[in-house]
Amino acid sequence: MKFLRMRPGYGEQLIAEGDPNLLEDEQRLVDEFRKQLELGMWAAIPVQTDSGRREAEMVRDFKDVPRDAGRVIFFPRAAGGAA
Amino acid sequence: MEVALAASAIVAVALLWEVMAPHLQRRSEARKARKQALAAGQIAPYDPGRERRAEARAKELLKSCVNEEEWEMYRDLGLIRVWGAENLDAELRGVPYAYLIYPHKPIVAYLPQTGRLLNEYCVEFPDESRPYGSTRLPDSDDVLAKWMALKGDERRLISSANMHLPGRQIDLKQIQRDIWRLGRWERERLERNRRTQSGAA
Repeated sequence: MKFLRMRPGYGEQLIAEGDPNLLEDEQRLVDEFRKQLELGMWAAIPVQTDSGRREAEMVRDFKDVPRDAGRVIFFPRAAGGAA
Repeated sequence: MEVALAASAIVAVALLWEVMAPHLQRRSEARKARKQALAAGQIAPYDPGRERRAEARAKELLKSCVNEEEWEMYRDLGLIRVWGAENLDAELRGVPYAYLIYPHKPIVAYLPQTGRLLNEYCVEFPDESRPYGSTRLPDSDDVLAKWMALKGDERRLISSANMHLPGRQIDLKQIQRDIWRLGRWERERLERNRRTQSGAA
């Protein structure tokens, strides 16, 4: 599982990688997930439906991330613009 | 006659100066502040190569996440249409609606069947860590963030946005033109696919 973060001037950055089925990796992923949310990020998982359509799911907790998810994408939380 | 012309020219220049002076002063102050920040090492200088590389990476990420049709739409038209899944407006009574996603512009909600524009949702994804002095994501990342947030939690994104009547930030004519271009693009794509399929059969 890869954690990617969108950043200005970079595109996406790989911020963590690991196998959630391994205890040590899982803890590292959980910690990084929490850290990103505390930094004000939103987390999304690209998914594919049974019909083959690509969709996205927003996740607020690492336990909601499917074990077989290949990527979790973090991006800055939305804010109302140009009021 | 010449005196009158000269007087008119002087008045015109004076009026123009009145209009332009605050703008020029603001630009000069911004340039000065940027120079000072650069000298103090607070922001890295703008690097067009870095921004291009970031955008290229962001495009690849976008392509790997959205549907093929959506990717081609963005590549050809510079926007992505996403169908609305929630019923956010009781007035719509179940009528299908959709959003147009543009990079770094408001999301526009409209009714594809009639072309009626509903709202503009002004939303940004500012990265306050400002790795290179700017909070602004690459264009394709901004589009992907909007796409994922609309797909994943439409209600949350829309409630985070500032809602305005259409035309506040994006010119109404441009939106109507884009809807027309999108319709034509879809018809042509359908026709191309039909020809490819009948050729393969």
